[in-house]
Parts: sequence; structure tokens; C-alpha cells
Amino acid sequence: MTEPGRILKNLGEKLNAHIGPGIRGAVAKKPMPIVPSDNIAGRAMVLVIAIMTFLSCLTLGAVTLVRDTAATWQTQIAREATIQIKPEEELDMANALITARDIAISYNGVTGANVVDAAATARLLEPWLGTGLDIEALPVPRLVIVTLDPAARPDFAAMRAELQQAIPNATLDDHRTWVDRLVAMARTTVTIGMTALILMLSATALTVIFATRGAMAGNGHIIEVLHFVGAEASFIASQFRRHFLFAGMKGAAAGGFGAIVVFIAFYWWSSRNMATPQADQATALFGNFSIGMSGYLGVAIVVALIAALTAITSHVTVLSYLKNVDTTHPDGM
Amino acid sequence: MIRFENVGHRYGMGPEILRDVSFHLPERSFQFLSGPSGAGKTTLLRLLFMSLKPTRGLITIFGKDRSKITRSELPLMRRNIGVVFQDFRLLDHLTTYENVALPLRVRGREETSYRADVIELLKWVGLGERMHVLPPILSGGEKQRAAIARALIEQPRILLADEPTGNVDPQLARRLLRLLIELNRLGTAVLIATHDLGLMDQVDARRMVLSGGRLEIYD
Repeated sequence: MTEPGRILKNLGEKLNAHIGPGIRGAVAKKPMPIVPSDNIAGRAMVLVIAIMTFLSCLTLGAVTLVRDTAATWQTQIAREATIQIKPEEELDMANALITARDIAISYNGVTGANVVDAAATARLLEPWLGTGLDIEALPVPRLVIVTLDPAARPDFAAMRAELQQAIPNATLDDHRTWVDRLVAMARTTVTIGMTALILMLSATALTVIFATRGAMAGNGHIIEVLHFVGAEASFIASQFRRHFLFAGMKGAAAGGFGAIVVFIAFYWWSSRNMATPQADQATALFGNFSIGMSGYLGVAIVVALIAALTAITSHVTVLSYLKNVDTTHPDGM
Repeated sequence: MIRFENVGHRYGMGPEILRDVSFHLPERSFQFLSGPSGAGKTTLLRLLFMSLKPTRGLITIFGKDRSKITRSELPLMRRNIGVVFQDFRLLDHLTTYENVALPLRVRGREETSYRADVIELLKWVGLGERMHVLPPILSGGEKQRAAIARALIEQPRILLADEPTGNVDPQLARRLLRLLIELNRLGTAVLIATHDLGLMDQVDARRMVLSGGRLEIYD
């Protein structure tokens, strides 16, 4: 301790006798944070972050929903193939159907094959030809539905060739055209969704940066005072980083929670209205409104990213402020 | 302790605010810095506080060439210099006690290790009963004393005070001056920037007068 320090200390010891224990005890409470926990700019920032996170999470959830639904459509169609046998004078349709079914089922990757019987065929045609139809009297093509294992698809070329050889009138439709179209559509939809999500996240990032910088602007005097009382840049930056990480997390968590509530509400609504025409329509388009584990994980990642972005922005702003405070700030003293 | 040799400073491409300023501030010295408004007092204080770099000349602070002091060394060097700002620069959301303890807190010291020292210093400057009060509640004189206490808490080798009596009545100004004289007697060098002639007349101390950017010294 320096000489003046010792003298001050002695002086203090003399004065100490006059200091009551009440005062000492009162000081022992937890000190206020150096960065004030709440101000108008800070509250506005938390609100902006909450809104942007909410919108980002909704976009993310929507993209997840569309992606999952597109994948489901694709899988469902890819899970089936159809053998069509056109009628002919000489053709024994019943035998041809059984032969076709047997050929199909003999291939690896085929989990089942069912002949669409006359009654079922009549039901298929009912919307066009009406009831009471004698299917045998009409030259109607007959179908064999082949169920496929999506994990191990059969050799369609060989099956097609064998069918052609056994039943010249038979054609095998592996739904490739539909699957290709659906894949293209699903990819387009997901690409559009991902683009929207990237734009949304970029807008969120920029908004968070501007909101954080706005909130930081009101703390310039604190940075200056800390700087002039000898605080190191890393200390000042860490104080602000911690404060803004917490504030960002608060806003982002609120926004993410809001988005999850919306998803749960939609899921609940679709479950409650199952089997109604409106719900069927919505389910056909969007699946069952469940964003699944990956969706919830995505929301958690968005929340963490936004909180981290807020902290990083405050850190960079403090360092940039400190870089200028000793050189360009006209009111440094 | 601090030496200026032919120091000049200008802001950007503007005129030179300080010209060929040379002086030496020894340990335990007491001096006034005066001059009309716009003469460059604040610029000189900022140079002393290493908040600015001179555009020419040599400044040696505590034996180190100012131009060779890196940004990372500045906080440590500054702990030897206490500054009392004209507008106090107290943080409104912290109590008087917390404001005074701030320099120690930013060094990462535990509150229990400095609590007694801060309370003693607050009593010494007459703020023992006001330690839990927020600055907006304090009077101008109390704020000034809190600012002085904050500047002293790290026991600096030199105290720079910018118009310390600018916001207080003459009676309080005399009390503050006595406080600074007492501090100087205890071993801290003091430099008071003021244009209050009445204040300067109360102490027989060296006067550094800035005029037109040039410095005259009257010992």
C-alpha cells in the first residue's frame, strides 16, 4: 500500500469508530448490475426480438410442415404400383389378373399384390357410369395393385418385360411420372419455404442488430465511465454481453414459446375436428399440423441463435465504441 | 512524474489547440490550470489522462513514453490517475457507495475486500449518511464529493479535477478545496482546472495559465 493509502487507511480507521454496524450491514446486499437491467430502449429491444423470433419460428414451422407433408405424399405414391390389363376378345381376364398378381408378387421388394375385383372396379367407375353396372359387359381395363417396400424397390424393367411376355395386354405403371412430378413440386415448395426462412432469419438478424445497437446507444455514458475508471475493454464488453445475452434470450424465448403455442393450438384444433370436411382438407394439404421433434429443435436453435446474435452485437458495439472513445469522441472529458 | 515537451495538439485538420506546451508535474505537487474558455484546458486534461494522443511533442507519464503505451496498457496506467469530471459522470442507477466502489469492482475485486475502505472514504468526504442514495437525489456538492471519492478510491498518484467548484456555492467550493489540499498533504499530486480566480487566491500554489494554446507557468 502507498504512503497516502496508509494515511487514508489510518484516517479511515479513526472514522470507522463513528460508523454504525447498521450501515455496514446495509451495504452487504447484492450490488446492482453495472449495466442497468431495464430501460425503455431495452424493453423495446426485447419486444422486437420476441416478435421477430415468433415470425421466424412460424416460418420455420411452416417449412418443416410443408417438407414433411411433401415427403409423405412422395412416400405414399412411391409405395404402390399398378398393373393394368386391357380387355380383349380372346383374353381370360380372371386368369390374366391372377397371373399378373403372381408375377408381381414373385419379385423382391413387392410386399403384396391385390386384384381389384369387379365390385371394387364398379365402385371406382360409379361416379361416371352410375350404380347397377355389369362390369363384365363392358370392355373395362382391370387393375392389380402392387404394394412396394419403399426401402427396396423391385426391378420394374424385369417385371414389365415378364408381364409383357405373359400377358401382352398388361402394362405396368410404377407411378414414376407422378413421383417425379411430386418430387419436383415438393423440392420447389421446400426451396421456396427455405428461401422465405432465410429471408426471415436475415431480416430478424438485421432487426436484432439494429435493436441491440439502439439499446446500446443509451448506454454510451456507462461505457465511457467504466473506461475512464480503468476498466479493461474485455470487462466492459463482458458486462454488456451478459446483459444483452440475457435480454435477447428473454425476447427470443418468449417469441419461440409463442410460436410453439400456435403450433400446439393448430394441432389441437386439427385433432378435435378430425373427420370434418374442413379438417380433412387442411390435413390433406398440411398433414396433421405436427411439426415434430425436428421442428421443435429448430425453434430452440432459432432462439439460441438470436440470443447469441444479440450478445455478439453488443460485444462488437462496445469494442467499436471503446475504439473511438479515446480518439474521436469530442466529450471525452 | 508527468512531463510534457513541446506538445501540440489539433483536432483533425483544425487549428492547433495547444502549441509547444512544456511542463513537469512532480510527485505530491499541487497546481491550478487556468485560462479562458476555449483555451485548451480540457484538451490538456485529456492529454494528461491519456484520452488523447498529442499530434506532436513528447509526453512521458510515470516514466513511459505516451506514444508507446498500447491500448491494452491504458486501463492499468489510468488506475494511477484519478479524474473528477466537470459533470461528475456518476451512474444514476448505482448508489453513491456503488459509484465510489466502481473502480475497484471493475478490477474484479470481491465486495467484501473493499467494503470497509469505501465506507471509510465516504465518511471522509462527508457522505457517510448518503451512501445508499442514488445520484439524482444528491445535491451538486454531494455529487462532486462522490466524484472525488470515486477518483480517490484507488489511491491514485495524481488527481485531475476539471472545474471541481463550477457547480457549487463559494462556501462549498472552499470545503472542496480544503478536501483536495488535505488529499495533497497526504501525498497525491493534484491538478485543478478552473477559471475561478477566487478559488486560486485561497492557495499559494503553482499556476499554469493557458492562453491562445500556449502555456505560461507562475511558480
